[in-house]
Amino acid sequence: MATLSLDSVKKQFAATQVLHGIDLEVADGEMIVVVGASGCGKSTLLRIVAGLETATSGHVRIDGRDVTALEPADRDIAMVFQNYALYPHMSVFENMAYGLKIRGMKPAEIRRRVDEAAQMLEIGALLERKPRQLSGGQRQRVAMGRAVVREPKLFLFDEPLSNLDAKLRVQMRAEIRRLQKRLGVTSLFVTHDQVEAMTLGDRLVVMHQGRAAQVASPMEVWGRPADTYVASFIGSPAMNFLAATMEPGGGAAALKAGLAIGFTDGPRAGEAGMPLTLGIRPEHIQLGQGGLDLAVDLVEPLGSETVIHGTIRGGETLTVRLPIPARGIGAVLPVILPWDAFHIFDGSSGRRIEPA
Amino acid sequence: MSATMDLEADRLARATIRRNARNRWIAYVTLSLGVLIFAFPIWLTLVGSSHDASTIGRGDVPLWFGPHAISNYVSAWLTGGEATRTTRSVPAWVMLWNSLNMAVLIAVGKIAISLLSAFAVVFFSFPGRMIAFWLIFITLMLPVEVRIIPTFEVMVNLGLINTMTGLVVPLIASATATLLFRQFFLTIPDEYVEAAKIDGAGPLRFFKDVVLPLSVTNIAALFVILFIYGWNQYLWPLLIVSDRDLETVVVGMTKMIGNGDAQNEWNIIMATAVLAMLPPVAVVVFMQRWFVKGLTETEK
Ligand SMILES: Nc1ncnc2c1ncn2[C@@H]1O[C@H](COP(=O)(O)OP(=O)(O)O)[C@@H](O)[C@H]1O
Ligand SMILES: [Mg+2]
Repeated sequence: MATLSLDSVKKQFAATQVLHGIDLEVADGEMIVVVGASGCGKSTLLRIVAGLETATSGHVRIDGRDVTALEPADRDIAMVFQNYALYPHMSVFENMAYGLKIRGMKPAEIRRRVDEAAQMLEIGALLERKPRQLSGGQRQRVAMGRAVVREPKLFLFDEPLSNLDAKLRVQMRAEIRRLQKRLGVTSLFVTHDQVEAMTLGDRLVVMHQGRAAQVASPMEVWGRPADTYVASFIGSPAMNFLAATMEPGGGAAALKAGLAIGFTDGPRAGEAGMPLTLGIRPEHIQLGQGGLDLAVDLVEPLGSETVIHGTIRGGETLTVRLPIPARGIGAVLPVILPWDAFHIFDGSSGRRIEPA
Repeated sequence: MSATMDLEADRLARATIRRNARNRWIAYVTLSLGVLIFAFPIWLTLVGSSHDASTIGRGDVPLWFGPHAISNYVSAWLTGGEATRTTRSVPAWVMLWNSLNMAVLIAVGKIAISLLSAFAVVFFSFPGRMIAFWLIFITLMLPVEVRIIPTFEVMVNLGLINTMTGLVVPLIASATATLLFRQFFLTIPDEYVEAAKIDGAGPLRFFKDVVLPLSVTNIAALFVILFIYGWNQYLWPLLIVSDRDLETVVVGMTKMIGNGDAQNEWNIIMATAVLAMLPPVAVVVFMQRWFVKGLTETEK
């Protein structure tokens, strides 16, 4: 039961600036997913919250208390590591009990908490085993259990699912979400997987090169991406980007490919001829006459759906996802780009431009 | 068509089996020869310790056991043979006891010190950490033999001549063991350290609860090596100990071989040599179980 607040947290390793000032307010019980490409600073941010790394500047507050200078043990947090970090020579029980033992808790109380957590995670039968005698999924549960018994203010997860196979990952993902909801513990979850991010988070922090590119709910990030990076990172296949220029009056854009696109939600500020980037998701493009002709390069059948890669007039590439079977797709496909499906970005900065 | 192919496959398979059998024979013969070459001197010692002094004194080299084993071992153990005009004899049990003390203290001391220094070098960042590491590393180039004169002088000044302390302490500092533990500690994932930090374990707690249990098999392996290293020490004990009650068996045995004044009691010397071999063998045999356990149960 706690809030977390980050106040322009910066981190520098020698000459390289890894975090450029992260601000974040996490509400009590909220699950925040930090998502971004590998190397963007997600783990560093999490480790600063954990106290395993010290911020170069900025503050971390848990429940309003400034913990920036505190040791990890004094922050009342629990962390689940990517490789689980279970002590190999201790049994499952000892692993889960270790932190409680060090805090001087009574053996009976330790027993009660471990049993309770083990039951919740369905690892009650494994308590006497050593980590090496467990499967990946079981280790994952034990690592969760070790966090749960602590009854901490904050759960921190650093890519805890990436060592599991695809099926188990989906299953554990749902379980982590259920567990977090049930316990209501404020959580920070780091991942590079956009599906994990979309399904787990109450809100996402999309990180890009040490900055929070966008902090918003999954649907908001998907529906109104703050810049072209976020737009391309969230969603699969990735959003298409087409070069365009602003038409006089700001009510429409002229695609390089020669088509005019009207802004259905209102005109944008900006002088005529200003460079724009127009984004449209592959699944929003439709089949039909009167739009563009797509010269098909590659057809990827997904069963009931088909992903088609191709080029349009002017040489720009376009990916289309159509709810039709792959059979019978010819060399040239007439497609329509619905106006209301477009996202408008500044052509030079990549920032989203909202209606004026 | 298919029948001839089957025949051909069969023929090839049998040829492979024959070739494997022949290769195995060559391996066995080579190994047996090796064992013979290594074991022969030990055999001679064992056999020699069961004859009386005059048999060996005549220059005979018996290849089979004689009738005097029990009396030889009893007199080696209890008296160390007859005293000569110049030297008194020391019973083997005294020398073995001294050797055992020295070897155990050296092995335990070396392991304790190197565990702690490797722990400091690997898990802490403090100013001068690399300097400390390189200083330890450089002492690799200064084995006991090289620093023996200054070390001897220090021991004299400290009044540690003819003491177990003087015998053991200069042999304890060990760059090799420190390096080995350092290499091992470097393979311990950072996440264990971090998990322990979050669990609230301080450095010593982490050392005791995580590092030490993970190092058990390394410690066992090193104990064997260091025990034998200590047991076989010759030069330093020869220098620092003149009191024969503190004499180690390796040094004591060479003193049993006289300078020609009197007949050497080869039977007693051989018996002592056999006794001197037993503790290292026992350590190897006993600790081997730990090795194998450590090798088969890779934890991590
Ligand atoms: N201890 C460190 N020393 C120097 N550079 C580091 C250290 N830890 C991380 N980095 C660098 O910081 C950047 C971000 O790392 P990290 O937070 O682990 O990324 P992510 O978890 O998003 O993949 C990387 O470029 C990495 O090389
Ligand atoms: Mg990472």
